[in-house]
Amino acid sequence: MTPAVGRGPPGSELRARRGRCGTQAARAVVADVVAKDAARSPKRPAQGSRRLEAAGGWAVLALVTLLSFATRFHRLDEPAHICWDETHFGKMGSYYINRTFFFDVHPPLGKMLIGLAGYLSGYDGTFLFQKPGDKYEHHSYMGMRGFCAFLGSWLVPFAYLTVLELSKSLPAALLTAALLTFDTGCLTLSQYILLDPILLFFIMAAVLSMVKYHSCADRPFSARWWCWLTLTGISLAGALGVKFVGLFVILQVGLNTISDLWRLFGDLSLSLVTLAKHLMARIVCLIALPLALYTATFAVHFMVLTQSGPGDGFFSSAFQARLSGNNLHNASVPEHLAYGSVITVKNLRMASGYLHSHRHLYPEGIGAHQQQVTTYLHKDYNNLWIVKKHNTNSDPLDPSFPVEFVRHGDIIRLEHKETSRNLHSHYHEAPLTRKHYQVTGYGINGTGDSNDFWRIEVVNRKFGNRIKVLRSQIRLIHQVTGCVLGSSGKVLPKWGWEQLEVTCTPYLKETLNSVWNVEDHFNPKLPNISLDVLKPSFPEILLESHMVMLRGNNGLKPKDNDFTSKPWHWPINYQGLRFSGINDTDFRVYLLGNPVVWWLNLVSIAVYLLLGSVLILAVQRGVCLPAEVQGLSQVLLQGGGQALLGWALHYFPFFLMGRILYFHHYFPAVLFSSMLTGILWDSLLRLCAWRLASCCSSSLARSIHVGGILSLLLGTAYSFYLFHPLAYGMVGPLAQNPLSPMAGLRWLESWDF
Amino acid sequence: MLGFLKQPLVVRADINLNVVALTGMGLLSRLWGLTYPRAVVFDEVYYGQYISLYMKRVFFLDGSGPPLGHMLLALGGYLGGFDGNFLWNRIGAEYSSNVPVWSLRLLPALAGAFSVPMAYQIVLELRFSHCAAMGAALLMLIENALITQSRLILLEALLIFFNLLSVLCYLKFSNLQQHSPFSLSWWFWLVLTGVACSCTVGIKYMGVFTYLLVLSVAAAHAWHLVGDQTLSNVSALGTWGWGAPTGRSRQCFSALSQACVCCHLLARAVALLVIPALMYLLFFYIHLILLFRSGPHDQVMSSAFQASLEGGLARITRGQPLEVAYGSQVTLKSVFGKPVPCWLHSHQSTYPMIYENGRGSSHQQQVTCYPFKDVNNWWIVKDPGRHQLVVSNPPRPIRHGDTVQLVHGMTARLLNTHDVAAPLSPHAQEVSCYVDHNISMPAQNLWRLEIVNRDTDRDVWKTIMSEVRFVHVNTSAILKLSGAHLPDWGFRQLEVVGEKLSRGFHESTVWNVEEHRYGKSQEQRERELELHSPIQVDVNRNLSFMARFSELQWRMLTLRTDDSEHKYSSTPLEWVTLDTNIAYWLHPKSSAQIHLLGNVVIWASASLATVTYALLFLWYLLRRRRNACDLPEDDWLRWVLAGSLCCGGWAVNYLPFFLMEKTLFLYHYLPALTFQIILLPVVLQHVGDHLCRSQLQRSVFSALVVAWYSSACHVFSTLRPLTYGDTSLSPSELRALRWKDSWDILIRKY
Repeated sequence: MTPAVGRGPPGSELRARRGRCGTQAARAVVADVVAKDAARSPKRPAQGSRRLEAAGGWAVLALVTLLSFATRFHRLDEPAHICWDETHFGKMGSYYINRTFFFDVHPPLGKMLIGLAGYLSGYDGTFLFQKPGDKYEHHSYMGMRGFCAFLGSWLVPFAYLTVLELSKSLPAALLTAALLTFDTGCLTLSQYILLDPILLFFIMAAVLSMVKYHSCADRPFSARWWCWLTLTGISLAGALGVKFVGLFVILQVGLNTISDLWRLFGDLSLSLVTLAKHLMARIVCLIALPLALYTATFAVHFMVLTQSGPGDGFFSSAFQARLSGNNLHNASVPEHLAYGSVITVKNLRMASGYLHSHRHLYPEGIGAHQQQVTTYLHKDYNNLWIVKKHNTNSDPLDPSFPVEFVRHGDIIRLEHKETSRNLHSHYHEAPLTRKHYQVTGYGINGTGDSNDFWRIEVVNRKFGNRIKVLRSQIRLIHQVTGCVLGSSGKVLPKWGWEQLEVTCTPYLKETLNSVWNVEDHFNPKLPNISLDVLKPSFPEILLESHMVMLRGNNGLKPKDNDFTSKPWHWPINYQGLRFSGINDTDFRVYLLGNPVVWWLNLVSIAVYLLLGSVLILAVQRGVCLPAEVQGLSQVLLQGGGQALLGWALHYFPFFLMGRILYFHHYFPAVLFSSMLTGILWDSLLRLCAWRLASCCSSSLARSIHVGGILSLLLGTAYSFYLFHPLAYGMVGPLAQNPLSPMAGLRWLESWDF
Repeated sequence: MLGFLKQPLVVRADINLNVVALTGMGLLSRLWGLTYPRAVVFDEVYYGQYISLYMKRVFFLDGSGPPLGHMLLALGGYLGGFDGNFLWNRIGAEYSSNVPVWSLRLLPALAGAFSVPMAYQIVLELRFSHCAAMGAALLMLIENALITQSRLILLEALLIFFNLLSVLCYLKFSNLQQHSPFSLSWWFWLVLTGVACSCTVGIKYMGVFTYLLVLSVAAAHAWHLVGDQTLSNVSALGTWGWGAPTGRSRQCFSALSQACVCCHLLARAVALLVIPALMYLLFFYIHLILLFRSGPHDQVMSSAFQASLEGGLARITRGQPLEVAYGSQVTLKSVFGKPVPCWLHSHQSTYPMIYENGRGSSHQQQVTCYPFKDVNNWWIVKDPGRHQLVVSNPPRPIRHGDTVQLVHGMTARLLNTHDVAAPLSPHAQEVSCYVDHNISMPAQNLWRLEIVNRDTDRDVWKTIMSEVRFVHVNTSAILKLSGAHLPDWGFRQLEVVGEKLSRGFHESTVWNVEEHRYGKSQEQRERELELHSPIQVDVNRNLSFMARFSELQWRMLTLRTDDSEHKYSSTPLEWVTLDTNIAYWLHPKSSAQIHLLGNVVIWASASLATVTYALLFLWYLLRRRRNACDLPEDDWLRWVLAGSLCCGGWAVNYLPFFLMEKTLFLYHYLPALTFQIILLPVVLQHVGDHLCRSQLQRSVFSALVVAWYSSACHVFSTLRPLTYGDTSLSPSELRALRWKDSWDILIRKY
């Protein structure tokens, strides 16, 4: 950037110069660079023949793939006990094999695949997966681990191909592949029964196919183009189907597609019809197809899981009627609520649970010292309540009395069946939601006071109608204070057994929190009717399960005074996760990124931002760069920009999340970060080499490039040699002990291996 | 030198009567009957207490926003001679005679009044017609919600004022950019932009978004400037500022306006980044200067901070020895302070042999964290190698990494932890004061001292300043406040545990010495007496401003108010359609009442205008991409700038609320609404100029606009009683005003 250029008049000269160093020249340069590189590459014979070159390319790819598989499958069977979250995902795999319904905060695809792998490899679903550290013994677990490792192994070749496509440079691709192969973190994460290898596989596949389909942009609607576009869609569906983190890669593909369409739209040589075709192709392949596939995974999920299981209580009454073994399945209950009926009352807010009480009192100092009333997600005897008239305490089930139905607007009393206390509220503040009133169980054997009286109202109904089981949405209004019975959705502390708080809210705004329905209903004096009418349609259960998942995700909140992982810890590799073992006699596995790789990545991001902004500023100032630099800056800005975008999209949203976060959430970002590192260092070294070639000998310049890449590769490999016990497991003394294999490697105090 | 004497002194004044008239009307509408009602209205009850604290110079902590807004409100009280003596406890309470209601409400009202002519100026600076500008100002004038909000002791009016000021200043600045860069007025508007931005941020954190909007528009303009090849890189530096007439710079001298790109960028960076940052610090500086007395919110702050306030802890800790030595008597406060600030404590009671859930304990003496000052909070730091519990002469200070024992002052037992599960956090170790039960459970009472905020590895443990961790020598467990309340057997005090799985640094493992004295008594009996006696006093230790600022800012950001549901809270979606209102005040006897209620016509048409703008913008953008230019380049740029400031201003002041978890109210929407209101006449003018083809269409359109404006006026006058609250309406009239079922208008039952 000489002053002469900067101060030059805006005349024709400059414009002509800019024209000369335009994109065509750059493209030619890139091709040139690649060709030269091919000639230079140490791994290939220096012959120009096309076929040989292609064969060489395949050979390198095969080598990379082989190395990746070898590292991932090495000592896969150790340790032969449950590690970390295997206890969840292995268990859920078993649920699929046993066809038992369960609830999880992630979409089902990943667990379904794990279940399928287990099923195909002969696992019978009988292992309990109770807690980390339990021995597998005779149960076959290698199928599931092998499947995860298989998908995890593909990450490396995928990243290799992506970088090759983005930078057209073999050394850059090799460097990326090495970084990922030798990263202990990616390795560890790929070796266990977890969702992450599956998620990462789909994310990487989506990025690869997106890059590939961009590369055939010059031949739109060709078979290759369609193929890659469809594959992108399929991978997106897969990523989203495993975890909601897949949304970030969808965002990345979406942004790319929009900018691609914008470019096409500006191309005046294309007719509007062609543009419409382009648009339709993307809508079909990138929106409709993934949505269809995603929905299909849920359809399979619901079809496979037909038995009632531990997840029932999270769902609405209608949902549960689908599950065989559930007491609502093919059940028949009395249709209308009558006095003397024994009922369970369920909150309509999803994942909120049944009205519940038990023989424990609110602790002293928290409202009145009376019996607790909560909502509870699971089925339990303590969820049963008896509907009684407010003013008499006679047994309404006495056969001498006629059946009397409860009607909209009636004043009733709800008596807890197990403890014979009445649902009660009064002017004391609720334990957590201070502005609401406390709800308690009060009275002895059903005799209480006027604070036990509730008016029952059906939402959107006029006076006088009966109340239908399951279908009527009811509100319970406290007679004395005028407040409405509701569940605040907040989790009570230990004294409340971590059940959810029930309050009486004085604000009469209609929310689902304060609407309930009657679920179980027993009344011997009434005839039963079948509940088949309730069966929900597929869109309904799809929507409901999403709401429940969303709520579950939001519910995973960290507690005060707990050590939690913060997003800023991740890129600096501040702290790992213990997969297995604590003491020196245990077999220990510790999820931690290879610090050399991670810190190199971190430095690369900083260098890239610096270099990128200098380049962009130079372009905006109209500085004419030499052809070689122009080509490299194209690669850096576009290829590197893609990787940087991926990294940012998979990292920064975590800062906004309120839910509890873990170290392994950073791994999708690591993939992109490593790709950026590969592209950056290759370009930097080329830049150095070019600079040297212009002043000194070209052979020295060449050796600088080759030497630089080689030393990076070897350095990574050596650091892997140092840190591999983290991933493959270690027994023996802890790192403080000089006899330990990890002695002297605990570079940060916060690493606890 | 005396050149200015050669010319006569001339003053020329252009008075835009429009602006004068608008200001007058603005003042009239906002200031009329300002002292009515003479009672606490709605959130005045909240801001009022802080005004009182400012008047009394008592320190407080409020997480709702930076201090500038509170200080401006307090300025009103200061000017009115308020002494701070009023109990702000109930909405509707009558003000006593010492409260200068008029001057307290004056500042927000002035801000609200001046927003009216500012809207006029902004539209003008966006280079739209005077007619459109008048329209924007008149709409602001008759917007009921804005009037209500600016007539009370509330912050929104100030926030809106500074929002508009930042945008206006930036526009003035960027319009000067073309003709006279680096002129005096150019500098003035540029610097004023920075100042106004810092004020928006200083009033509410939401202001950050307006600041970011102005910054990004400035960045986009600067980016064009960078691409402008007529500007030189750096060499013109000589022509501006230093004026060194070198050969090179003389070339550029012909066009003084062609200053270098770097100068432009630097000037913007200083005015828009450095000045706001400094201003923000200044607000806190004044805040901390003003509030020098200790008060009820002290407890949340660190000991060092508390010691810097007059009274309170400072009175206790003055004259303490600085360096903790073997034999020192100390109280140890948990730095984390959640759920409540507390001190390490022990007492005679032991852990119950068997807990409720059947687990066993060591049955040794309880160690807890206790939120009140107590003689049982005293500990003596002992050298493990010696027996004596007094400070030797000279004192032997304790350094980072030293091993110590902690002796509980009143019971003379040693702080101990061992491999027994803690009562409420079973994954962690129990901490006890060791009692030998002769059951082969040895004492493990050695602790290694780690100073967290050390400068070197040989730092000395200092009272108040040093934040320390105690690492158990045998098990590497760290002394930690778990935050759980012990059951009745532990007197509901907080549980203290030894954390084995220390996953990195957490504040709950950090403690600091608060009270400190050198122990003198070797005998237990004397020592007990010594512990009961108050400690002696002399020097004050000061904390640097930056340390105080960073602590205060951090506490304000992390202060968690339990999200209280409010009767009038609402969700962002309800705001756009005005589905909600807030009853601010009800006359104690009659049914006169004040509501925050918008002008329905304006709200609806403003939202409509925003949608129209977005659709038109998209349409033009797509057409331009296909090389079909409907608008001349100049009009297009004007249209884009108006949209990015007004639509952008609406979006940045509205959309973030969807992500917020705090309790939201209708008044949070008002800043966004003002931007929408400014956009409205812009869109109308555009439609009139570009979409109405014939003269007839144009006349019809103007007639429609006039009709629409008069309907807005009609709505204003209908809702006026609820805005000013000065007339008592009959129940039937009130019922008639309840245009939406969701509006909560108070009707008395007689």
